[in-house]
Amino acid sequence: MKISGVILLVISICALILPGCSQISPSSEGSPATISTIENKGSDTIVNLALAWAEKYQEIRPSVQLSVTGGGSGTGIAALINGTVDIANASRRMKEEEKQKAIDNGSDPVEFIIAKDAIAIIVNLENPVDNLTLEQISDIYSGKINNWQELGGDDRPIVRLSRETNSGTHVYFLEEVIRLGQKENKTLFSSNTLLLPSSEGIGAEIRQNPNAIGYDGLGYVTDDLKVIGVAAVGSEVFILPSATTVNSGEYPIARDLYMYTNGTPTGAIQEYLDWIFSEDAQKIVEELGFVPVSK
Amino acid sequence: MDTSNLRREHLITFLIKSAGYSAIVFVGMIFIFLLLEGLPAIQEVNLSSLFSSRWYPIEDYFGILPLIGGSIIITIGAIMIAVPFGIGTAVYLSEIAPRWIRDILKPFIEILGGLPSVVLGFLGMLVLAPFLRKLLDLPTGLTALTGAVLLGGIAIPTVVSVAEDALDAVPKSFRDASLAMGATEWQTIWRVTLPAARSGVLTSIMLGVGRAIGETMTVMMVTGNAPILPKGISDLFSPVRTMTATIAAEMGEVANGSVHYHILFLIGIVLFLISLIVNITASAVVFRQKKRQERILS
Repeated sequence: MKISGVILLVISICALILPGCSQISPSSEGSPATISTIENKGSDTIVNLALAWAEKYQEIRPSVQLSVTGGGSGTGIAALINGTVDIANASRRMKEEEKQKAIDNGSDPVEFIIAKDAIAIIVNLENPVDNLTLEQISDIYSGKINNWQELGGDDRPIVRLSRETNSGTHVYFLEEVIRLGQKENKTLFSSNTLLLPSSEGIGAEIRQNPNAIGYDGLGYVTDDLKVIGVAAVGSEVFILPSATTVNSGEYPIARDLYMYTNGTPTGAIQEYLDWIFSEDAQKIVEELGFVPVSK
Repeated sequence: MDTSNLRREHLITFLIKSAGYSAIVFVGMIFIFLLLEGLPAIQEVNLSSLFSSRWYPIEDYFGILPLIGGSIIITIGAIMIAVPFGIGTAVYLSEIAPRWIRDILKPFIEILGGLPSVVLGFLGMLVLAPFLRKLLDLPTGLTALTGAVLLGGIAIPTVVSVAEDALDAVPKSFRDASLAMGATEWQTIWRVTLPAARSGVLTSIMLGVGRAIGETMTVMMVTGNAPILPKGISDLFSPVRTMTATIAAEMGEVANGSVHYHILFLIGIVLFLISLIVNITASAVVFRQKKRQERILS
C-alpha cells in the first residue's frame, strides 16, 4: 500500500514536470540536417498566403518546420518587438515608434515587400451604386454621409463594416482612405462603425444586408459580393481593382504587404525569404488574388 | 487509532483544507496580478479621458464608458430573457410537470448549457442576426439585442438548475398546508412556494448575471463591436462593444507594458469588480433570508 502510493506520487510529479522540459525556442536555425522551426505571425490579410507558402515550402524543404498564425498586423509587430517571432507579417508599414520600441528591446526590424494587395470596397449585390470617389468613401466612413440615397442609391441607412483596430488593413484604410493620405488629418472612423473580428464576418454581413458597405483585401472578395469602382482624388475615372490596375498604379487603394525579420536574416530564414521572391512562390501570390512583386 | 492511521488522517485533513483555501489564494493572486498590471493606467491616462465616450486605442482615445455601458445593456437584456424563461421553466419542472416530462426535459436543458459559446456565436451571426434585421427593420442585425438573446439562452440552463433545486428544497408541508386551506395550485406556487425559495431563486438569477457578463466569444461575433455609449433601453437595437470582447480582440496586439496594455487590464479589474459585487449582493441577500427564517422559526 505504501510503496504503490510513493510510486503514484513520483509518476504524477514526473507527469507535471516533463511537459515543461521540452521547449523549442522561436529562432532555432540549424544546419540543413537538423529540423529547424520558423515562427511566422501577424497579418490576417497575409495569413492565407503565408499558409500556402508554408505548405509549398515544406514540400521542397521538409527539414524546415513553418508555423503560421494570424492575429493582425499589430499582433505580429508586437511579437517582433517582444522577440517572440522570427518573421512578422504586416499589411502596413511598421510605425517609427514601433521600430524604436523594437530597437530598445534589442530587435532590429528589417523590412521586405513580399506582395501587393488591393483594398476592394464591397457592397451587397442588390445595391445599385456602382462607383464612388475616394472622398465619398471617406465621408461615408467618417459619418458625414449616412444614407445610400445621398449617393444615388436606395433610401437605406448605411451600415459601415470594418476590421478590428489590430488589423493592418484597418490602419491602412484609416490613413489612406478616411484621411485621404494627409498626415495632418485627424478624422476618425464614425463611432458606429462595426468592427468585425474577421474577413469572414464582414463577408457574411454584406452578403445578406443591403445596407452594408465594407472593405477588405482583394484576395478575400468572393463572387457573391459586389466590388465598387473607385476614383482617386481629383480623378473622374472609376477603376475596379485587379492585378493589372494595381501594378499600373491606376487603382488608388493599393498597398504593399510586408514581412519583417529580426536583423538581416541568415540560415533557414534567409533561404525561406529568398524562395518567397522566386517565381514559384509569386505564382501562389497570383493564385490567391494578390499582386506579385518582381525582384 | 495507531500512529500511521492518525498521520494519514492529519495528511488528508491538511490536503482537503489546502484545496479549500487554495480557491481563496487563487482568486487573491489573480486580483493582485490584475491590480499590478492595471493600476498604472490610472497614472498614465488622466481620469477625465478615461471616462470620456470615445474608445479608439490606436489613436490614444481611451474612454472606457462605452465598453462598460455595452456590457451592462447586454446583461440587462439577457436577464430580461433569462429570468422569465428560466424561472418559468424551473417552476414548470419542479411543480407542474409530470415525472416523465421532467426526466426528458432536464437533460435537454443541460445540453443547452453545454453548447460551446463559439457555436452559438456562429449561429447568431449567420441565422439570428439577419432574421432580427428583417423582422424589426433594423439597419443591421448585429446589435445588443442579438447578443442579449444569445446570452439569455446561455444563462437559462444555469438559472433553471439552481432555481429548480431551490424550489425542490421547499418542504412538502408548505404546499400541503396551502392547498389544504383552499388555495389553487397557481396561488400556492406564486404566494407560498416561490417566496419560500426566494433566496435560491435570487442566487440563480445572480449566477445567470455572472455568466452573461463574462461571456466573450458570442458577443464578439454578434454585437458588432462598435463602441457606442448606450443611453437608454432603445439602444438595445444598436451595435455595442462589451468589455470582454474588447479584451479578447485587442490583447493580442498590445506591446507588453504599453498604455493600451495597462488600460486593458484596468478593464479586466472593472469586470472582476462587477462580478465580485454581483456575487456579494447575492450572498448578502441569501444571508439576510437565512437570518430572517431563523428568527421566524425560532
